[in-house]
Amino acid sequence: MSALTFTLKTAPQQRIDCSPLTSDNLAEKSAAEIGAIELQHGNRKVRVDALFDIAGTDANDIVIHNGCDKLDYIGHSMKGGRITVHGGAGCYFGFQMKKGEIVLHGNADAFAASGMAGGSMHIHGNVGDFLASAIPGDRKGMKGGLVIVTGNAGDRVGDQMRRGIVLIEGNVGAYCASRMLAGTIGVMGSVGDYIGYGMRRGTLLLFNTPKLHATLQDCGTHTLPFLKLMFKSFSGLPSKFATFNMNRVQRYAGDLANDGKGEILVFI
Amino acid sequence: MIINGVAIDDTFAEAFGMRGTRVIITAQNLKWAYNAANAMTGFATSVIACGVEAGIERELEPSETPDGRPGVAVLMFAMGSAVLMKQLETRMGQCVLTCPTAAAFSGIEGGDRINLGKNLRFFGDGFQISKQFGGKRYWRVPVMDGEFLTEEKTGMVRAVGGGNFLVLAESQPQALAACEAAIEAMKKIPNVIMPFPGGVVRSGSKVGSKYKTLIASTNDAFCPTLKGITKTDLSPEIESVMEIVIDGLTDEDVRKATRAGIAAACELGAKNGIKRISAGNYGGKLGQFQFHLREIMA
Repeated sequence: MSALTFTLKTAPQQRIDCSPLTSDNLAEKSAAEIGAIELQHGNRKVRVDALFDIAGTDANDIVIHNGCDKLDYIGHSMKGGRITVHGGAGCYFGFQMKKGEIVLHGNADAFAASGMAGGSMHIHGNVGDFLASAIPGDRKGMKGGLVIVTGNAGDRVGDQMRRGIVLIEGNVGAYCASRMLAGTIGVMGSVGDYIGYGMRRGTLLLFNTPKLHATLQDCGTHTLPFLKLMFKSFSGLPSKFATFNMNRVQRYAGDLANDGKGEILVFI
Repeated sequence: MIINGVAIDDTFAEAFGMRGTRVIITAQNLKWAYNAANAMTGFATSVIACGVEAGIERELEPSETPDGRPGVAVLMFAMGSAVLMKQLETRMGQCVLTCPTAAAFSGIEGGDRINLGKNLRFFGDGFQISKQFGGKRYWRVPVMDGEFLTEEKTGMVRAVGGGNFLVLAESQPQALAACEAAIEAMKKIPNVIMPFPGGVVRSGSKVGSKYKTLIASTNDAFCPTLKGITKTDLSPEIESVMEIVIDGLTDEDVRKATRAGIAAACELGAKNGIKRISAGNYGGKLGQFQFHLREIMA
């Protein structure tokens, strides 16, 4: 069986809600049934076959070509299978995904991996603000799984993140790990201002010393045994993080204004 | 059956179903891994009074341990899951948590998942940190030497305890030499421990006693100094008897260890004073497993 492929016919003027296009939702549907599914497109509903050319049959392996920043909610609540997007994605990429694999060859907009509870996400490009964060009104951001970003990420990475691992090979913006509840965020590049603002628990791994605000306190240099385990678990990942094996860090704890059990580990 | 002049009795060892678990203990170097493991497996010779039977299974190369440090594998057995879980937690808390640089990990992937470091985390008084990698949860507990790292759970499986054989010799030094040779050979067999001091027990017991408060007492039939005054199992030339008790994860493991041990003891042979190999049983009425010596050595 060949991959179920959706090729966007023309660049849309309005945003498209792609949440129905997941493996579990399309399994055992014929091409005609898939084409007849209606997607929210701006303020109206449009059939899938009016927006995309459809080819292939394997709903477990979905490929989207000509992706763009208007395609929202790709992989929404997906419970398995694989989605590969070529060209870019809009907001809420992998929103609340539970299992499976989602890969993007391009850039994603805001709230990627928001509410993600499991599975893996690999973004070969940049991602907007609020990666792995909670949407307004939610109390928890990402709740599990793995996110790899090869490019840069915007502001508020991991805001209210509860569990899981986010690995960013590029730079991140301001308020990284703000109000973070738990989990692990690794950033190889630079980080913006107000890192760990309101951070409650969780671990932030950095390769460059950040600018710290007053309620993040230096706990000294340490050799932490868990880092060996962590890098060992990263060893098979398609990421630069797989090439490291370090366990010597400068440890900062905070945010003391919010319980102060979070940690920022800077490799030395 | 006679091997190298040593008579193999037509009898069997009677063993029981137990619950077993394995813990991998690592440390900065092997010396400190042993310090933790020796403490953890101390006072764990017999379930009669120790709660568990425990021992060091083998040394582990850094490449075999989760954190890439040298370590040892500890096996622990008990008659029931509740006792095993309680003893594991207690011994982890007092012997591994306390040992400088030591860390503890699950040594059995399958089986029922039981707490390894789950409750030890509370020693961290709120400063403990949980981390999940590769589907496993670990706890980082801040301690005075840095951090104590432990996996949250380990596996508990059905196991076999109480496999045994007796070495009957013309003198005490000869019996001990044969047992030492047997233990050296048996240590190479995976999934088993010999829980008594040095792997050898001299005070084999029988069920019951003339004293009402005791559930077990000396096995007078195998005590050489009582040959003339009890219903003895010993011939006149036997002056010393020692026993090796084996606990293993499966009956096949116990069988392999029994074979390796008896073969090593028999290698010394009759010329070194080793006269007989026997085994302890309860008439086959109590234990689930029977290890017939002649079948094993055939």
